[in-house]
Amino acid sequence: MAAEMEPPPLGNAGETDFRELEDGEDLFVSTVTTLEYPEPSSPEPASLPAEDISINSNGPKQKDVSFDDDPEDLFAEATEEVSLDSPEREPILSDGPSPAITPVTPTTMLTPRMDLGAADMFERSLDEIEEDNNGDTFDIHIAVSDPEKVGDGMNAYMGYKVTTKTSMTIFNKNETTVRRRFSDFLGLHSKLASKYLHIGYIVPPAPEKSIVGMTKVKVGKEDLSSAEFVEKRRSALERYLMRTVKHPVLLKDPDVIMFLESSELPRAVSTQALSGAGILRMVNKAADAVNKMTIKMNESDAWFEEKHQQFENLDLQLRKLHASVESLVCHRKELSVNTASFAKSAAMLGNSEDHTALSRALSQLAEVEEKIDRLHQDQAYADFYLFSELLGDYVRLITAVKSVFDQRMKTWSKWQDTQLLLQKKRESEAKLQFANKPDKLQQAKDEIKEVRSTLEGKVEQGEKDFELISKTIRKEVSRFEKERVKDFKAVIIKYLESLVQTQQQLIKYWEAFLPEAKAIA
Amino acid sequence: SLSRQTARSVSVDLNNDASLLIDIPDALCERDKVKFTVHTKTTLSCFQKLDFSVPRQHEDFIWLHDTLVETEDYAGLIIPPAPPKPDFESPREKMHKLGEGEATMTKEEYSKMKQELEAEYLAVFKKTVQVHEVFLQRLSSHPILSKDRNFQIFLEYDQDLSVRRKNAKETFGSFFKNMVKSADEVIISGIKEVDDFFEQEKTFLLDYSSKIKDSTAKAEKMTRSHKNVADDYIHISATLSSLSVDDNTKVEGRVASDEELKLTELLRYYMRDIQAAKDLLYRRARALADYENSNKALDKARLKSKDMAQAEEHQQQCLQKFDKLSESGKRELTSFKGRRVVAFRKNLIEMAELEIKHAKNNMALLQGCIELLKSN
Repeated sequence: MAAEMEPPPLGNAGETDFRELEDGEDLFVSTVTTLEYPEPSSPEPASLPAEDISINSNGPKQKDVSFDDDPEDLFAEATEEVSLDSPEREPILSDGPSPAITPVTPTTMLTPRMDLGAADMFERSLDEIEEDNNGDTFDIHIAVSDPEKVGDGMNAYMGYKVTTKTSMTIFNKNETTVRRRFSDFLGLHSKLASKYLHIGYIVPPAPEKSIVGMTKVKVGKEDLSSAEFVEKRRSALERYLMRTVKHPVLLKDPDVIMFLESSELPRAVSTQALSGAGILRMVNKAADAVNKMTIKMNESDAWFEEKHQQFENLDLQLRKLHASVESLVCHRKELSVNTASFAKSAAMLGNSEDHTALSRALSQLAEVEEKIDRLHQDQAYADFYLFSELLGDYVRLITAVKSVFDQRMKTWSKWQDTQLLLQKKRESEAKLQFANKPDKLQQAKDEIKEVRSTLEGKVEQGEKDFELISKTIRKEVSRFEKERVKDFKAVIIKYLESLVQTQQQLIKYWEAFLPEAKAIA
Repeated sequence: SLSRQTARSVSVDLNNDASLLIDIPDALCERDKVKFTVHTKTTLSCFQKLDFSVPRQHEDFIWLHDTLVETEDYAGLIIPPAPPKPDFESPREKMHKLGEGEATMTKEEYSKMKQELEAEYLAVFKKTVQVHEVFLQRLSSHPILSKDRNFQIFLEYDQDLSVRRKNAKETFGSFFKNMVKSADEVIISGIKEVDDFFEQEKTFLLDYSSKIKDSTAKAEKMTRSHKNVADDYIHISATLSSLSVDDNTKVEGRVASDEELKLTELLRYYMRDIQAAKDLLYRRARALADYENSNKALDKARLKSKDMAQAEEHQQQCLQKFDKLSESGKRELTSFKGRRVVAFRKNLIEMAELEIKHAKNNMALLQGCIELLKSN
């Protein structure tokens, strides 16, 4: 893992020299001939080794360490979301290179699918890409369906059908169907996270892994709970994809498009929980946590302070709500069981009753209660799928938002550190002026001067990065808020409508029962 | 002091004989003790006044019930079941828990939960008043029991009854009660029944008794679950309001408490009433056993030619008692059935109407919410 804080050794200055970027030149220009998004720092095209192209299914890389890419680099960033309650539920981004998860051959990557010419892309900033829809209105619908178990035993997995229907021109066809497995989704998320999180984009988190749930499925346990698990997961995957494509920048990411359209997808191996990559992820996570604690940022922008607080509160509220809804689902299931049990008992009482009309009425009562029980079951289903899952999604989303704020902090921190370093170099430079070693002096002076000016460039870059990420986050947060309100409103309306239906049914049942009760003579 | 607002009754409307009208217009709750105000309006000459009220405690009701049960003359009657002791344990415990958890809730959530608990408390209170009232009204509407001297004392005596209560306890003790409880079923089912009516009744009551016990338990469980769901809605709506959506908690909560009042109370009451009917059967069975024993004793006496007159007289007494019990028992059980059918009818109708009303209310509320959300 290349160090991130040290300036590149002088030998590489040409390649990572920030002086290349003149004023007015867009930071995002990249002269790399891939269809990835341009990086903030653009190495000169000629000096790029070929392997960069192949590896980079990812976009902007961290500026300092472009050339230590190793296709086999396992410092992958697949999210490791196993439990909703684990304290550090952030996708791990290594501070090092952001390499591919799996080696992707250049040819696949360079298929010019986009209407924008390859050259076109490089001239534009992410901002512009986001806004330009090529005349398309947002019209895309993704369905995840037909879960099918593939294989046997512990190597078995669930395959899902992913169908994309769209009229947007960035896609090849109006309707595409592909088959994907869970790790493919995780792989997609991992790539997106490594490309976009560190520049401030809120990347929707992928659904959680569940070792218990999956094991049941693998082992072939054909019961209600594993069927529920599969359905829960299918639904979660669908919501994940829809959220991802709703993001104007992510929608156009080649990895996303490939995921939706490409018939074959290389397997994302390092998403496995217990792989070498997995272990390294844990280590990175820990390192991240420590770093976060030591960075003390001077927040000059009140907006960020306020928003940060807001999200902390929202997080708490959502978790609480999620817990309450889970309790509701549980109690409603209990209610259903108890209602069914009462229905049976009432039927027996009716049988035992020797007054004919009363006996009939009691049997009717039993039937009504049975029907009500079924109503309760359906309602519990709605409680869960509509409400509870939405809340779970948002708790995870908030984590992504928080991590984006953290990225900003890191960016700031880096900038500050570079500034300090510059300070030191300036001091040493000043000292040299007054030294009295004529022969070595000039060389030393020259060296220091170069280092210092490199650093100056870096500091400038650092500041620009910080400003950019701050700007991006502001936009992202407002988009997130809008989406959140829309999302919640839609789900809650649907949920309330389901409740209304239940009430209508109840009215029907009791109105049918009433004459029976009145008929008791 | 909490006053009852609606006059609901699990039994038929018992309070319609103008010569003796009883009700409990209000009651006071102090700690564990409930003080009922028993109000009587009468035209009967056996009373000193026409319209009067006395304060009574739950223990006074129990005393009255026990003295009636232990009165030989009433052996052939179904004595109305004693009202159960007021039990505020559940809401009190919940209130306590709520207090402990106050810090973890928002102000709004806390006040809503508190409101719900207060409503629950009130419901328990109403229930207990109702059940005590029905007990007295059953007595006042019974041709024989309404004339009981102790009943009149209960209604009229303006001093504390506790002195009398203590004396009564010493006289009768709990001995009789235990006797009745044990080997109940065995004795009843063991008797060779000569009378078709009683044979049928016995079979019916034994079976019905166990079924209604089961139904009562299941109904209680069901209503408790419903309450849990309602409580969850309170927590949810409290948190949701901060995410700016409307709530529908009152809706589920109220359904739970009304259902409770109708169905569960109906079943509970008749569970106890059935027990009272069974007690009657028991006493009659005992009387039959006594009669059979007296027959055997008479035969023995005849064989020995000793104490024949005594034995004969005893046998006659037993027979008379048995006949009297059978006759009155038949009357009682028949009217009991009638009462039961009418009460079930009334309560089932009311319950269905309430369910419909609430469902309509809920629907209106929910649709209102939906409109609001859609329009924003």
